[in-house]
Amino acid sequence: MVIAPLDRKLLRDLWRLRGQALAIALIVASGVSVLVMSLSAMQALSDSSAAYYERYRFGDVFASLKRAPLRLREELEALDGVQFADLRVVQYAILDMETVRAPVMGRLVSLPRSGDPVLNGVVLRSGRLPDPLRPFEVVVGEPFAEAHGLGPGDRFAALLNGRRQMLEVAGVGLSPEFVYAIGPGALMPDATHYGIIWIGRDALAAAYGLEGAFNDVSLALRPGHPASAVLPALDELLASYGGIGAYGREDQPSHWFLSNEIEQLRTLATILPAIFLGVAAFLTNMVLARLVFIERSEIGLLKAFGYSRGSVIRHYAKLVLVLSCIGLLIGWATGFWLGHWMTGVYGQLFRFPELIFAPHPNVYLLSALVSVGTSLIGVLGAARYAGGLPPAEAMRPPAPPVFRHSRWTPARLVAWLDQPTRIIFRQVLRKPMRSLFTSLGLAASVALLVISLQWMDALDYMLEQFFVDQQRQDATIGFVEAKPLRVVQEAGRLPGVLAVEPVRVVAARFEAGHRSRREALIGMPADAGLTVLRDRDDRRVRVPEAGILMSDMLADVLGVGVGDQVRIQVLEGRRRVLELPVAAVFRTSIGMSAYMNLDELNRVLGEAHTTSMLQLAVDPDHIESLLARLKQLGAIGSVTLKSAATDMFDQTIGETMLVMVFFYLAFACTMAFGMVYNNMRIALSERGRELATLRVLGFTPAEVSYMLFGEAALLILIALPLGCLGGLGLALLMAASFETELFRVPVAISAATYGWAVLIALGAAVPSILLVQRRLSRLDMIGVLKTRE
Amino acid sequence: MPKPAVLCGRALTRVYQTGTVTIQALRGVDVELFQGELVVLVGASGSGKSTLLNILGGLDRPTSGEVLFQGRPLGATEAEITRFRRDHVGFVFQFYNLIASLTAEENVALVTEIARDPLTPAAALELVGLGDRLRAFPSELSGGEQQRVAIARAIAKQPDILLCDEPTGALDSATGVRVLKALEQVNRELGTTTALITHNRSIESMADRVLRFADGRIESVIENATRVAPEALQW
Repeated sequence: MVIAPLDRKLLRDLWRLRGQALAIALIVASGVSVLVMSLSAMQALSDSSAAYYERYRFGDVFASLKRAPLRLREELEALDGVQFADLRVVQYAILDMETVRAPVMGRLVSLPRSGDPVLNGVVLRSGRLPDPLRPFEVVVGEPFAEAHGLGPGDRFAALLNGRRQMLEVAGVGLSPEFVYAIGPGALMPDATHYGIIWIGRDALAAAYGLEGAFNDVSLALRPGHPASAVLPALDELLASYGGIGAYGREDQPSHWFLSNEIEQLRTLATILPAIFLGVAAFLTNMVLARLVFIERSEIGLLKAFGYSRGSVIRHYAKLVLVLSCIGLLIGWATGFWLGHWMTGVYGQLFRFPELIFAPHPNVYLLSALVSVGTSLIGVLGAARYAGGLPPAEAMRPPAPPVFRHSRWTPARLVAWLDQPTRIIFRQVLRKPMRSLFTSLGLAASVALLVISLQWMDALDYMLEQFFVDQQRQDATIGFVEAKPLRVVQEAGRLPGVLAVEPVRVVAARFEAGHRSRREALIGMPADAGLTVLRDRDDRRVRVPEAGILMSDMLADVLGVGVGDQVRIQVLEGRRRVLELPVAAVFRTSIGMSAYMNLDELNRVLGEAHTTSMLQLAVDPDHIESLLARLKQLGAIGSVTLKSAATDMFDQTIGETMLVMVFFYLAFACTMAFGMVYNNMRIALSERGRELATLRVLGFTPAEVSYMLFGEAALLILIALPLGCLGGLGLALLMAASFETELFRVPVAISAATYGWAVLIALGAAVPSILLVQRRLSRLDMIGVLKTRE
Repeated sequence: MPKPAVLCGRALTRVYQTGTVTIQALRGVDVELFQGELVVLVGASGSGKSTLLNILGGLDRPTSGEVLFQGRPLGATEAEITRFRRDHVGFVFQFYNLIASLTAEENVALVTEIARDPLTPAAALELVGLGDRLRAFPSELSGGEQQRVAIARAIAKQPDILLCDEPTGALDSATGVRVLKALEQVNRELGTTTALITHNRSIESMADRVLRFADGRIESVIENATRVAPEALQW
């Protein structure tokens, strides 16, 4: 194969520029790998869930109620848009697992007498469905089975409506309904303390007195019928059976978390690659502009020989193409690997029978298009300049760079500077755009460092604010049904209990103007000490005598503030409608709750003094005996330990985050290094002659280095505060786009994070300084001075 | 009584090795530059005159032999040689090598700031006839003016030796004469020992001595009885 001379030149140019080219290629690679990683992980999640939902008939609409007769099926299926209904019994129960000291919460879901459920099918991972003749055979959720080492034939105890009952595992399964199996009140899946148990409907119904009845319904809708059209009719139908408000698939907790994650990946796929590829485009432009400048006479020669404008442009465009393709290939490989890893991490949180990681070709195609496209845009100016150079002019040496006295530099300031420092300032000011973009590029890498490191701050802040300051209880007990307030005294006598506070939680729909939101309304005693709420100025706010205390997230959703009237439709019991003012707003990063005075809540609900939950402060020395005692109490539906929740958070999120932070750090360092290295190599190339002159004039190597590196130092100095500010901006932007109805990612960047970001960026600049310093020390004084540039 | 030698080279050789090619640029040169004299070095391209000047000025090192400044060896370390250039030598090249980002005055100040007993930049520029161009940047000066700034920069520190490698090589004759006048004036008024390389034989007559180079050696030394003023030179 014969390589055209121009292509040979291209390959040699690339080899000569290898350091700079590699630095740029790595920045392109960083952008591409973030893009490929997020898109491929996103695709794995969305493709796997779509296939899973369809194959195992994930419901479209869900509703819980107190009790309704099975014959209601006809009416349900007669609702406009409903294809069929699946009626179930669903209950929470305490499980006594030998492997765990705390009581474990189980969500018991009924299975039909024979065959698979009509909706929300169970995927058997091992074993079989329960034998209809053996009422206490169950299928357990796979994550739960893994956490407790359960398999077919194993047995464990459950408190079914207060009665201890041994259950036998017939099979292990999964369901599209519980891809993200999160327990009530939990922040993330915790298979050790929460599990899904499928059990024959007869046994479950008998245990809870629901023979011939159901308390949970899923609907499949006819194609083209949105859930929103069915919900009001369904609510109306279920109202007299204690329905607490139906919701569509998008509000189904498992699906909601899954689609939120997919959304966040989409954000990730947009913001970060844009930054990397933008910086790469700028660097390409800078390097190519210098190359074209150095090669002016060669370009002139080529044109004099008859090469066309187009072939000159093509030549330089090809150079960039090769460069970005190297970056693209590296990015594809790292992105594939990272995407695979990330999908694996998701596989632990989101449970699919099969989480297929098979990125579509379009992921690669898109990343190629975006990265090569931006590089070519970056090269446009320089290549067009090269193509446009008239041959004669190109072969003449360039005119000396023009400097003028600037009106903007005050004479007194200039007089105060020594000549080397003046050189530095004038260099920076002569090409203000280049200096600006270099500083901005560096600032971008500092910003990336800030944003990668600040997740830890955000998490710490969120956990501190929520678990330490706001939620001061050690354990929360939930009852199957509301209990009279005297249980507070009874609970106070349990071992190790230091304080008990009752809480009443009711499902409600909050409405203000045309906005509405289904959320929990929590009744809390006025003197509650285990839940501490603070307003936006960090002042403690207590539950008012009248009116409601609303979380800022809910207030934002409803568009209301202190003093505004809110309509609250209680979705339980007598379904009262309340008109209450917002008495105060408290700030929170987790959850969207609203509080009101417990006595007042009970009064307006027209119910006696009752509570549905107890919050306990527990002496840590007696926690074991308390947990052992709780395992035996029948009326309890759930026990949540704060320590379990925080441990889970630390374990799962902490680990994953460390790995991600590591990669982002690597990407950001690549960018800082590439930016500084290219900038200084170009400065050295442009000013080699000047620096050699200075050496001849008797300046020491250190003094000459000052003039070269001083420019980089000045640009870095400008970049550091800009980068910190940019990091804050990015953090705000990402927090806003990551905000969900459950979490508001706080922006609480610590001073140490800024400090680390700055130090790491400076550290990444050091190798480029050393590399350039080595070249500087080899500067050929005589050679440079005796030739014309 | 002969004037003392300011700078002297003893048995200087210089061999360049480029790839497989060996070039013997100097083949044992002995040379002395005396206090206050103006020496012109002439010879064909590659005859060794620039190599000698570079070695004498501490820009290059001899393969063998030694350079003595005021009777003492130049020193072996990079720091000592840099110190020597900084304190005692001024250079002027064919290409002016001014710092584009500094004005004429600032280009000179670059040197005076690090010199022991310098002229003021204004005085140095006045000496080369550029007293009115202090605030001009190189891009605003003609070739001759730029070369005179380079000379002012070289002499402002009042060096003991001024080494000029084809200072008029890139200039037309009228401009060249102005530059030579400046050099001659500095030599005369400040008593700076000056060595000047040229291809232009008519310049020889303004020198005290002419060293003729051929094939890496000094072929002959001619002493002029009188120096011709630069204005009288013709080429």
